[in-house]
Amino acid sequence: MEFSLLDPFLWETVIQGLLFGGVLALLSLGLNIIFGVIDVVWICYAELIMLGMYTIYFLYTDFGVPLPLAFLAGILVVAALGALLHHLVIRPILHTEPINQLLVTGGVLFFLQGLATMLFSVEFRNLGVSFGSVEVGEMYLPISRIIAFSVSIVAVVALWLFLKKTYLGTAIRAISQDRDVMPLMGVSPRRIYLVTSALGGGLAGLGACLLVLLYDIHPAIGLTFGPITFMVCVLGGLGNMIGGFIAAFIFAEFIALGGFYAEVEWGYVRAFVFFIVMMFIRPQGILGSKS
Amino acid sequence: MDASTSRNVMILKGVGLAAILAFPLLGFSDYILHIAISILLWGFVYTSWSVMGRFGLVSLGHGAFLGIGAYGTTMLWNLAGLTPWVGIPLSVLASAILGLLIGLPCFRFRITGHYFALVTLALTEVARLLIVALRDTTGGSLGVTPNGVVSPEDPVSLYALQFASKTVWFYIIFAVWLVGLLIWRAIDRSMMRYAMEAISQEEDAAASLGVHVTRTKLTVTVISAAMTAFGGAVYGQYQQYINPETVSGIAISLQIVFAVIAGGMFVQLGPSVGAVITLLLGEGLRLGFGHQFHGLDVTVYGLMLVLFIIYMPRGVLGKAVEVMAARGSRPGSPSPQPGE
Amino acid sequence: MLTLENVSAGYGTFQALFGVSLEVRAGEAVAVIGPNGAGKTSLLRVISKVIALNGGHIAMEGQSLDSVPAHRVIELGIAHVPEHRRLFPRLTVEENLRMGAFINGARSRFDERLAFVYDLFPRMKERRHQLAGTMSGGEQQMCAIGRGLMSGPKLLLLDEPSAGLAPVIVQQVFDLVRRIRQEGYTVLIVEQNIQQVLKVVDRAYLLEVGRIKMSGASRELLENDEVRRAYIGL
Repeated sequence: MEFSLLDPFLWETVIQGLLFGGVLALLSLGLNIIFGVIDVVWICYAELIMLGMYTIYFLYTDFGVPLPLAFLAGILVVAALGALLHHLVIRPILHTEPINQLLVTGGVLFFLQGLATMLFSVEFRNLGVSFGSVEVGEMYLPISRIIAFSVSIVAVVALWLFLKKTYLGTAIRAISQDRDVMPLMGVSPRRIYLVTSALGGGLAGLGACLLVLLYDIHPAIGLTFGPITFMVCVLGGLGNMIGGFIAAFIFAEFIALGGFYAEVEWGYVRAFVFFIVMMFIRPQGILGSKS
Repeated sequence: MDASTSRNVMILKGVGLAAILAFPLLGFSDYILHIAISILLWGFVYTSWSVMGRFGLVSLGHGAFLGIGAYGTTMLWNLAGLTPWVGIPLSVLASAILGLLIGLPCFRFRITGHYFALVTLALTEVARLLIVALRDTTGGSLGVTPNGVVSPEDPVSLYALQFASKTVWFYIIFAVWLVGLLIWRAIDRSMMRYAMEAISQEEDAAASLGVHVTRTKLTVTVISAAMTAFGGAVYGQYQQYINPETVSGIAISLQIVFAVIAGGMFVQLGPSVGAVITLLLGEGLRLGFGHQFHGLDVTVYGLMLVLFIIYMPRGVLGKAVEVMAARGSRPGSPSPQPGE
Repeated sequence: MLTLENVSAGYGTFQALFGVSLEVRAGEAVAVIGPNGAGKTSLLRVISKVIALNGGHIAMEGQSLDSVPAHRVIELGIAHVPEHRRLFPRLTVEENLRMGAFINGARSRFDERLAFVYDLFPRMKERRHQLAGTMSGGEQQMCAIGRGLMSGPKLLLLDEPSAGLAPVIVQQVFDLVRRIRQEGYTVLIVEQNIQQVLKVVDRAYLLEVGRIKMSGASRELLENDEVRRAYIGL
């Protein structure tokens, strides 16, 4: 295993890792918000993204909807799915054992995956949109990845501003600190949870917009990036958005570099083993707080 | 429960046992036998999971233990000619050690609930990815078959633990299944059960009562891991084909959880009922709809899991027990305990 | 302004209030005093509809509160400053005050009300960007009351504002209540510190085990033998 720090392929890999990290960071945002505010993990989060990807694909490919509009539709559809998920599935079990949330969203995972298989069949589909690559020095960086990364950063900043500067955003931060006192401020907890779920769904939808540019669509792709997204969130501290952000980049670099020296699976293996080890060293996550 | 109900249950159990024993001799087709064997086998695997699950240690990673059992045994046989009589115990041991390695830090640092589930999830994905990554040895996603030594003319190989006859397998796996139930009951009856329930309710209180929290959790985890690996090994020997998707990864882990929830996590026969449900559902849908609606079974699984958690968190059998307990309660007669 | 008629309320099977009737007129300061467990906090909670009304009627300026959900009570002009302050610990002082102005009617007047609250509590202005959870008990109480004022309420409900505070701070809190009164707010206070609170309010009700035992002008109650013997220790 020899490498030179001057190896352009190495740097290309590192930067690719960074770009991927940006996308992972965006994906982890939605999950972190839901957990941070409502204290629920949507195991089916990646499946929501999958449905968003199909929405965009069919609107663009079969109905000739211009891509930006298709993206918008994708975001709105998944936002609606998020709210629906909360209302139909999460609310009934919200005050039961926490493990029920995990299990019930696991059921939704199966349901959505099976539904997608029935409706869309298992063939791989691709948006077929290519943006080419840009040459930087001796490295070739795909423009689609650069776009994805930039959008992620913008989204993270926009979300931060929303949470910090608006009434609704402040209420969302407040409810995770003291839910019972919210009605005294004129805030209905139920409504905030729905809004938060829609927000989480919307972020997932945005993730779908980015992923559809980078990968093929398949009913089971949720199983490929779902576990990673969870691990990123937990690594950063469940509910902690900054932590998730940092963890996303660390994870992405593990995957990129690990796969650089051998087959691509090894990157993932290393990343997951890193996760397990980190759980033992610091189970609450990088920026999590011991509860 | 009172004496007459108790006697009725015993009779019912006896009849059930006899029926199962007689089953293969009734001339059913190999296909039906296969279904029955699968139900018993997966019933055993699900029971193994529920040993941990019923105490709140919900693992989404049992695919890892299944995989170790299946691939461990098969690889040792294929690559080293090691008889499964040695291969299986080795795989089971490896799985038990893994359970220990994962469990010790988790329980020491009080990693429970969501976090524990996600750590185990990572574990099973690591297992699956390793199997795929080592494709030169393991055959990767294409799967692998244990080197076959039996044929219709030479149907029995004790050394290779391979049998051509489904009837023979039926009795073997029936025995395995029974052993699984007995282990479940032993844990249920022992002090461990009360300890675990105290722990799953309130760790600090349990610790102050002198319950060795970590040790108890570890014991249950190791037993569960070992049993599951054993199930995986038997599956490999019986099925004569394994691939990383069916014996490792998140999909199979979730399927295990679903089956146990559906059948009833807190009752001895619950997981087996879960096996009946999942297998009959899968086969039924396949026969009814063929390959027209590929994915229908998974959709129905998912829907049922959601409905079960919301409306019947104790599962079909658990609900039945509840109903019977409510009906059977008469002044002066103690109501049945879960597991009876 | 606020009337309670024969109100019964509780938590599931446990009943805390039995047929309580009282009223608060505009511009008044009224106290509800009584021992621990008398149901004083439950009284304020049922007015805010945080717990269910099992019997009787509540009305604010003639409008019935009976079927109004908890998060709409503030729209009727009732602000509840809860027991134990209940600030959002990881939000800043100013963010907590912002939450107080969440309802639509209050947002447009946020800046002027914020200035008013900072004028009342200069220390809050100093600490406006400090995390609420890091402040002392007395400062938190001021912030909590300020948060209640941000919605521009007609009636302020104060739940045991002196609880857990040092005597010097308690004095400051009650001075504050006097000041709020001067600004024209109507106040209903629930308190265990009978001597202090009776000096600040016009009238009081004595609540014991979920029932109103007696009521009257604060001076009367202060001089009442029963009250003095049981609660003031004389």
